[in-house]
Amino acid sequence: MILDSKIPDGPLGEKWSKHKFDLKLVNPANKRKYTVIVVGTGLAGASAAASLAELGYNVKAFCYQDSARRAHSIAAQGGINAAKNYRNDGDSVYRLFYDTIKGGDYRAREANVHRLAEVSNNIIDQCVAQGVPFAREYGGLLDNRSFGGAQVSRTFYARGQTGQQLLLGAYSALNRQIHEGKVKMYNRHEMLDLVTVDGKAQGIVTRNLLTGEIETFAGHSVLLCTGGYGNVFYLSTNAMGCNTTAIWRSYKKGALFANPCYTQIHPTCIPVTGDHQSKLTLMSESLRNDGRVWVPKTKETAEKLQKGEIKAVDIKEEDRDYFLERKYPSFGNLVPRDVASRNAKEAADEGRGVGSTGKAVFLDFAESIQRLGKDAVEAKYGNLFDMYYQITDENPYETPMRIYPAVHYTMGGLWVDYNLMTTVPGLYCLGEANFSDHGANRLGASALMQGLADGYFVVPYTLGDYLAGIGPKPVDESHPAFAQAKKEVEDRINKFLSMKGTKTVDEYHRDLGLIMWEYCGMARNEAGLTKAKGLIAELREDFWKNAIVVGVNDEMNMSLEKAGRVADFLELAELMVDDALDRKESCGGHFREESQTEEGEAKRDDENFAYVSAWEYKGDNVPSELHKEQLIFENVKLTQRSYK
Amino acid sequence: MSGNMNLTLKVWRQKNAADKGGFVTYKADDVSPDMSFLEMLDIVNERLVKKTEDPIHFDHDCREGICGACSLYINGRPHGPKQAITTCQLHMRSFSDGETITIEPWRAEAFPVIKDLAVDRTAFDRIQEAGGFISVNTGGVPDANEIPIPKVVADEAFNSATCIQCGACVAACKNASAALFVSAKISQLALLPQGQTERYRRVQAMVAQMDAEGFGSCTNTGACEVECPKGISLTNINRMRRDYFNAKFFKEEEIH
Repeated sequence: MILDSKIPDGPLGEKWSKHKFDLKLVNPANKRKYTVIVVGTGLAGASAAASLAELGYNVKAFCYQDSARRAHSIAAQGGINAAKNYRNDGDSVYRLFYDTIKGGDYRAREANVHRLAEVSNNIIDQCVAQGVPFAREYGGLLDNRSFGGAQVSRTFYARGQTGQQLLLGAYSALNRQIHEGKVKMYNRHEMLDLVTVDGKAQGIVTRNLLTGEIETFAGHSVLLCTGGYGNVFYLSTNAMGCNTTAIWRSYKKGALFANPCYTQIHPTCIPVTGDHQSKLTLMSESLRNDGRVWVPKTKETAEKLQKGEIKAVDIKEEDRDYFLERKYPSFGNLVPRDVASRNAKEAADEGRGVGSTGKAVFLDFAESIQRLGKDAVEAKYGNLFDMYYQITDENPYETPMRIYPAVHYTMGGLWVDYNLMTTVPGLYCLGEANFSDHGANRLGASALMQGLADGYFVVPYTLGDYLAGIGPKPVDESHPAFAQAKKEVEDRINKFLSMKGTKTVDEYHRDLGLIMWEYCGMARNEAGLTKAKGLIAELREDFWKNAIVVGVNDEMNMSLEKAGRVADFLELAELMVDDALDRKESCGGHFREESQTEEGEAKRDDENFAYVSAWEYKGDNVPSELHKEQLIFENVKLTQRSYK
Repeated sequence: MSGNMNLTLKVWRQKNAADKGGFVTYKADDVSPDMSFLEMLDIVNERLVKKTEDPIHFDHDCREGICGACSLYINGRPHGPKQAITTCQLHMRSFSDGETITIEPWRAEAFPVIKDLAVDRTAFDRIQEAGGFISVNTGGVPDANEIPIPKVVADEAFNSATCIQCGACVAACKNASAALFVSAKISQLALLPQGQTERYRRVQAMVAQMDAEGFGSCTNTGACEVECPKGISLTNINRMRRDYFNAKFFKEEEIH
């Protein structure tokens, strides 16, 4: 298989404009003859479904939640980047492009990232037109703040709930199309398989989560907008229902999976308190604008803190180590996420961590409160401080927050070409579910940007090209491929329901999470990864023998839903480990201990690893085949990232 | 940190919408005060599954207080005893050792029970489909800063926009009225300049759909405001009424 990224020719800044002109169009009168299936209603899915319906296509949209508005994009806190340069601080499309490529540690495609930066400004305009209440200044114009990995203020925000406000904007556009009859919404439907006919994506199989009914839906094209797979680690900042099933099942139907090992560990999350923990809560990166990260200088002081003998305020200024400010004077507390996370782990590993477990560092607002006043800090971060207080029972206005890295985002996902089409014709993948724009590390406030870019401004153009090519002939729902896929799903469900072992699905999920966090988490090495591969295979085998699934198919069944998702995580985990083993360099969120600079920073190996790893499914218990898409850099010079 | 607690739960179990349903008592032993309320239920459920019993079904997803999926009527109050938080943010330190906790679903005709503690809140979606949007297509909109909005107006619109669509307002109301939810949605757009062109059409369409869904009337008891996890204000209801009155009283071209 030869991977064709379909990147257009020409100068970087002209590629997208030229490409848009070259793409085939569908006649307005013909658009209504096409049906497009959109799976997932987060920022990417809702924006795509609404925009395609506005163009005239018939859209069927699916989500597992009870309402499209609850997709996990809703939880994004900090903001969305755009190259508006409203602050007159030197921002430009090229600078946003450059920061994103560099932040991703030179493992993303130049052309995709430049397009993302180009459309970023349209997104802000679109959201404002929909009534998204972004933060404003007294003059009535939009406010901005700074985020990690950038030296300009380009982040637009809506207090600490930018994700909710942007999603409500996209959801309102979706509602308008449902009202118009152009979108048919199927909530509480989970996609369990992809249907391909003659190699083309032509439908999906879903389970109605209320009635258990297994249904097939046909369309001329399928768009997967199903988010990331961070829940493979069990504990993450993802919602409880986030899963890999849609993209994993599609991988098993022929879509290549790219860079599965690229995982983002977010530096500022509330630390784990005990085994009962079901998820981790993020504290927005925006807090690093005003909060200072520190640990005690010595292990001895840290031990006293851990035992509760002293408090943070008892530690004198000269006995504190503001390690990010010390090591990275030019970016300070605003270094990219991977760098901040690794440094926090390093401090904890040295025994200088805080909190009763020692697995935390301080994020301190005392200096900001003194400088700006408590009211100003409250206006900026009040809701985050309240949330922290609810969870920890500690008041962050009085004592520093305790934070620790947690799994947050997955840069890997289905491989897509420049048109966002996977290796299965007619199957597209948008937002976090694809691999395309963030390389090996995503910068803060870029996920919202990418989700909406893909849905509002990329796929409405590129999908038309494919649809014009296949023509508006109706999809044949009586094709045996539909019945076959449905039967496979039913057989699998029956298999789950017959599992009457001794160990709960949650226990398997927790065990898997521990393996992944230990061996395929913030730092990875050959021996650990090899060990993990064996442990995962053992756990998976045990799962199919000893897991318990209760209840029946034909009603709401949490136990059955979970079993399907965890079974897929148990397979995906091994591919992540394979990918991490193959990539012997360190880059972005992928830190191979064998490949570091003398100062302990991630060391890339551009000569041997400047490629996208795209894995092809070859059968169960058969190694997947690795295909490499070489990354070509014509505009930026590859350098060792430095935030010093 | 205090020690672990032993609790008694009285949980509403109902197989499906047609089932009559009833309370079932469970022991929840060895509960850490640092657990969230939903984590406590997770543990009870895991123990049930180990005995191959059907777990207690409830809606939940983000577990950080923003998706609005979690609900639960705990000891007679939506989202439990604390104000301004959702059930997923409620921690067990708010309860004491030996306590009996009663857990019920949202109760409203417009929110039929699906199973146990999970209810159908799609009525809220349909109300928004009726008109909770600004009719702009993707592309072809003005530059974001061409629409200056006074900060106080933007902030007030934001306050309305923080609604998470959980339905606590309906559950708290003796009439099961959805006035607080619907008015928050209407207010956000009615306050902003972008929302003016469809302002009166919107309020009529959304109120009509609200009535069609079978929600009760608002009689100004204010219970909704007290129980709203996001602090949505009753002012929104006044705004909705004013707009609705204007829309019904005047011709559309006269009030614009």
